[in-house]
Amino acid sequence: MENLIGLLVLAPLVGAGVLLTGGRRLDRTGHWIGCAFAATSFVIGAVLFADMLSRSGDDRTLTSNLYTWVPVGGFQADVAFQLDQLSMTFVLLISGVGTLIHIYSIGYMEHDERRRRFFGYLNLFLAAMLLLVLANNYLLLYVGWEGVGLASYLLIGFWQHKPSAATAAKKAFIVNRVGDVGLSIAIMLMFTTFGTFSFQPVFEAVGKAHEGILTGIGLMLLLAACGKSAQVPLQSWLGDAMEGPTPVSALIHAATMVTAGVYLITRSGAIFNAAPDAQLAVVTVGAVTLLFGAIVGCAKDDIKKALAGSTMSQIGYMILAAGLGPIGYVFAIMHLVTHGFFKAGLFLGAGSVMHGMNDEVDMRKYGGLRKYMPVTFVTFGLGYLAIIGFPGLSGFFSKDKIIEAAFAKGGTEGWILGGVAMLGAAITAFYMTRVMLMTFFGEKRWEPDAEGHDPHPHESPRSMTIPMVILAFGSVFAGGLFSLNESFLKWLEPVTGHEEGHSPLSAGAVTAGTMVVLVIGVALAWLMYGRRPVPAVAPRGSLLTRAARRDLYQDDFNHVVLVRGGEHLTRSLVYVDVKGVDGVVNGTAAAVGGLSGRMRRLQNGYVRSYAVSMLGGTAVLVAAVLLMRGVA
Amino acid sequence: MNPVNYLYLSALLFTIGAAGVLIRRNAIVVFMCIELMLNASNLAFVTFSRLHGNLDGQIIAFFTMVVAAAEVVVGLAIIVTIFRSRHSASVDDASLMKL
Repeated sequence: MENLIGLLVLAPLVGAGVLLTGGRRLDRTGHWIGCAFAATSFVIGAVLFADMLSRSGDDRTLTSNLYTWVPVGGFQADVAFQLDQLSMTFVLLISGVGTLIHIYSIGYMEHDERRRRFFGYLNLFLAAMLLLVLANNYLLLYVGWEGVGLASYLLIGFWQHKPSAATAAKKAFIVNRVGDVGLSIAIMLMFTTFGTFSFQPVFEAVGKAHEGILTGIGLMLLLAACGKSAQVPLQSWLGDAMEGPTPVSALIHAATMVTAGVYLITRSGAIFNAAPDAQLAVVTVGAVTLLFGAIVGCAKDDIKKALAGSTMSQIGYMILAAGLGPIGYVFAIMHLVTHGFFKAGLFLGAGSVMHGMNDEVDMRKYGGLRKYMPVTFVTFGLGYLAIIGFPGLSGFFSKDKIIEAAFAKGGTEGWILGGVAMLGAAITAFYMTRVMLMTFFGEKRWEPDAEGHDPHPHESPRSMTIPMVILAFGSVFAGGLFSLNESFLKWLEPVTGHEEGHSPLSAGAVTAGTMVVLVIGVALAWLMYGRRPVPAVAPRGSLLTRAARRDLYQDDFNHVVLVRGGEHLTRSLVYVDVKGVDGVVNGTAAAVGGLSGRMRRLQNGYVRSYAVSMLGGTAVLVAAVLLMRGVA
Repeated sequence: MNPVNYLYLSALLFTIGAAGVLIRRNAIVVFMCIELMLNASNLAFVTFSRLHGNLDGQIIAFFTMVVAAAEVVVGLAIIVTIFRSRHSASVDDASLMKL
């Protein structure tokens, strides 16, 4: 069984290799090859899952040591995998949802002549993400981490002929680099502190380390998580990443990439548990981001960007839960899985809408699409109900648990976090209802495009609708299944640990409160977008709306503080370099040059003048010798 | 005869040679003046040899002659080549070795 773990990563990796080096002869079959390798990974994952279930709770971890990667003195890095319940959850999510997105892409990318390459990149993405969650040490995790960054760059910029896509890809890559620096510093700190960076030895040695160092490691890990998971302050790449093809957005937002940060924090739970200051930073980041994303999501007219804001907000919930410590880890992962289902479904639905609308993304030009795209409408609708936390659907169970856990943090902190989480739930209900109403209800608002083609909305092909239907099933039932008999809690508890918090509010009160804010959010959205027609041109809007449309000025902030600041810094450094360092060097050179220019005059080429200097020199020498002798 | 007189002669010859090297332009003359200086020093060596009563100075004089002979060969060859290319034996004409 252990040997299968390597194959999980290898299958998509081989797929990527075959597709990217296979050349044009694979153009006609490439997409099937890509799907096959992704599905292979999922099947292996399912086999391992069945095997894992057959063993008892404490005996479920499998390890597989492939080879020693870097053996240098006391430093040893292994290519070794560890498959426990946490990794297993991710493996099934990544390969399962990933495979569905592969299948969906067959239809979505049908008219793209670089489809083979697209599938190669998708496979690479899966391989990198699987490596990330299966590694048993931080260095190998880092390899996967960087692989995810690379694959996301390639996929976001897949339509590189569009300058905006190329820019977005670069932005995502660079912002991610900032986070990567955090991860590399964390790994170095671990190595100097513990002498190793394998998970198990590090977590066992945590008790002996100084709390300050652990806080440092924790903050650096948080920085890394912020980059990959698009949390404040490294959130700015996520919205622009919508330039990629829609399946890529679905993959990034549901199965891979943004979940990596949550994984990292949950996996490093032992470190965070021992560093309360770092945990406080984590919950703060989570709480801020969940409001930030939600507010941005309310104002966007671009359907994908509205969903992107929603992802940011939902990941904020997960980070918040992960920051709560043992009372939240399980729920962070549970929300991650349910979110994986409904967010993938929502994105695929959005892609399906765009597919039928000539790639129009402006929701103000949709309207009334439920009649034209019934399957998309139903699946998207179920995803919508799941994300707002409609009772009985997936999001209800997972989000409710997080809000409960936030209150259970205790004290003022608990009230603030719980309040923020509940406010977030209200805003989520508002913006998702807005998306739903603007897209599928109301009057039709579409117009002929610039070339005079009337869009004729139609349902997407089977290859696209079937994954949507499967994901819709997940959106509806996953949460209930996980909560039934607390099965998910029991499943994950041996790895992450769990303790019950002491909530000042009863579970029933929290649920009731969530329901109230949910109804308020939906009602407000209906009043604004359902009851009266949606204007085809966006109104000016309030100050907050305008700020949210510009992503709460995140790019302006980055520009003013980081870009300008960086420019000033480099300018002053250049000034010091030019005037100071270069001045000394050039001054010395100029002095020597000037002196030699004068000395050069002595070399006039006349033999006789050389003879004079020789004679003079000899005379001086003789005189000196005689004088010295006289003195002595 | 007082051997010191030979030293006076040697100094006189050396001075004439040095002055010739510095003043004359014709390469052959300069060359002959160099020979004059060498032989002036030879004379001084032999004189000192005689004064001190050992043979060191005489041996050095032979060395000088050998070196002078070798130098004549090389020097004359250079002068002849310069004369062929420039049709002049003036040392001031051959002043290209400068910046």
